[in-house]
Amino acid sequence: MFRKFTMSAPKFIMALLLMLLGAAFIYALSKTELIVARYNLTSIGILAGGLIFYSGILVVVTMFESETVLSIAILTPSIIAVAIFVYGFIGWSLRVSLSQWKGLRADYTWVGLKQYIDLFNNDPRFIIDIRNTAMFTVLFIAGCLVIGLGLAILLEQKPKGENIFRGIFLFPMSISFIASGVIWGWLMNPSTGNRLTGINLIFHMVHLDFLISKWFTTHQPWGMAFAVIPAVWQLSGFTMALYIGGIRSISDDLREAARVDGASEFQIYRYIILPMLQPVTLSAVIILAHMSLKIFDLIVALGKQDIRLDVPGIYMWTTTFAANNYAQGAAIGILMLVSVAILVVPYLVQNMRSETEL
Amino acid sequence: MTRRLILRIFVYAILFVAAIIYLLPIYLMVITGFKPFNQVDLKTMWALPTTGLHLDNFIAGYKQLAPNFMNSLKMVIPEAILSSLLGSINGYILSKWKFRGSDLIFTLVLFGMFIPYQSILIPLVKFMFAINLYGDIPGLVLVHIIYGIPITTLIFRNYYAGIGTEVLEAGRIDGASLVGLYRWVIFPLSAPSFAVVIIWQFTQAWNEFLFAVILTNQANWPITVALNNLAGSQLVQWNVLMAATLLAALPTLIVYLFLGRYFIRGLMAGALKG
Repeated sequence: MFRKFTMSAPKFIMALLLMLLGAAFIYALSKTELIVARYNLTSIGILAGGLIFYSGILVVVTMFESETVLSIAILTPSIIAVAIFVYGFIGWSLRVSLSQWKGLRADYTWVGLKQYIDLFNNDPRFIIDIRNTAMFTVLFIAGCLVIGLGLAILLEQKPKGENIFRGIFLFPMSISFIASGVIWGWLMNPSTGNRLTGINLIFHMVHLDFLISKWFTTHQPWGMAFAVIPAVWQLSGFTMALYIGGIRSISDDLREAARVDGASEFQIYRYIILPMLQPVTLSAVIILAHMSLKIFDLIVALGKQDIRLDVPGIYMWTTTFAANNYAQGAAIGILMLVSVAILVVPYLVQNMRSETEL
Repeated sequence: MTRRLILRIFVYAILFVAAIIYLLPIYLMVITGFKPFNQVDLKTMWALPTTGLHLDNFIAGYKQLAPNFMNSLKMVIPEAILSSLLGSINGYILSKWKFRGSDLIFTLVLFGMFIPYQSILIPLVKFMFAINLYGDIPGLVLVHIIYGIPITTLIFRNYYAGIGTEVLEAGRIDGASLVGLYRWVIFPLSAPSFAVVIIWQFTQAWNEFLFAVILTNQANWPITVALNNLAGSQLVQWNVLMAATLLAALPTLIVYLFLGRYFIRGLMAGALKG
């Protein structure tokens, strides 16, 4: 790999300068602080110094005339960052979850799977969280798939203003879960009588009082079902877009052939288009399910940490940073990771395989 | 023929009803925002403003959130620019200079896009504390850039994969190196995917909550954290809250309105190829 080496004086000088500059940067910042407009950028500056130094090394690597070595060298900083911040931190979290760390001072005393066993065996809150997540996941996916597919089929009939409709169905995706939770919290206000408001007020105004809902204060465990509404509002458009892409990729010839054979529009959808959309449904389910297993900010803003809307993401947050129960928090985090990984890893592996074949 | 007409009417009816439902929350935020304080009543919350358009609520909402709005801007702009540059370089290497194991590396990087951040939160906080980046905006920028590597790399890689090798071959005959090809051939062709990635990262970081609430202290709260805090406060009138929520959502809404095409492409990239 390193057999060829072409010495080039300008490159050599440039490399030397970059490395010197980077080293000087790091040295200076280890002695003093770098403050720019009130922000303490010392650590960022040291990182930048490191990257300048590293770019000097990259210049040296270009002299070896091996593109593979250069490719790896260019990717290295990103690989290191991901290795530390994703895999290293997961390992560290795992270690914390096997300890008895409770309180501000780190305590790595090994207790095995105790945290996990406690969560499943004698923690009613965690059991509620699992139930809530399961209910949320099922209803959220079902809602997004049905509405998304329905809207996609309607828009494929090429109505006038198709683009405007598509834009309207997709825009909630650009709003934050927090803003969405705040506004839907008001729309789904459970107050009754004189304080009737939000969607309930609309039901009252159009004389459909029987529809008036207690929303998430409904008898348990159904409260969680209503938290699905804002989530579907935000992501059914995304699902619709996936389906539109899928329908468009089915060739017109195929539909034309079916029409010639005397198939009705309904039959074309039932026997040709829907079966061919299965791969789209599969990706939609995986994407939506993994979002739902992680759901956090929407519920924070919507439920204001009401236990009826509790989910693992919120439990992890409060037990770690409010109750300082780090070991338990880490265990919940790892369980969330495992549930997502079971879903996503096969998908990623399959994606990689299909690419390698190409 | 009549059957087709009925079907047509049916399609429009459903689309219209759905559109109204989707727009309901925005309608409420906008009309509430424009009402004067004395016309704000829960009983008439759905009614249009009757005494002209007033900006009282928006001004009150802006007063509540102005510093946080600025915090978010200061965080999002460097974040979007730097992470798109990083993603572009990574995507170039991983699409045009594949080596043995590069697909595996890419897949391992991609996994980072799906993890629930609760599973790395404790080490992250301790680490940021140790390197003195806890509590302030630069630290949050760094975190967003690093956890943005998977998606930015993915979008650029898929985009570059669509650029034919013959363009690169021509450059190679002219003697361009790996770096030269990027500088003179690939980078000038990258504008559309830079738009996609910058808009995607801007929206993601603007809307993000978990890192923001954990890694910043109150003076540096981005807008999502401040808005959530405002919503939980008993002291703020709901009409002001509505206006504040609209202000908090406005930058990403505007981006969507004018550059929606690019936003949707970023959205689709997140679904891999299916």
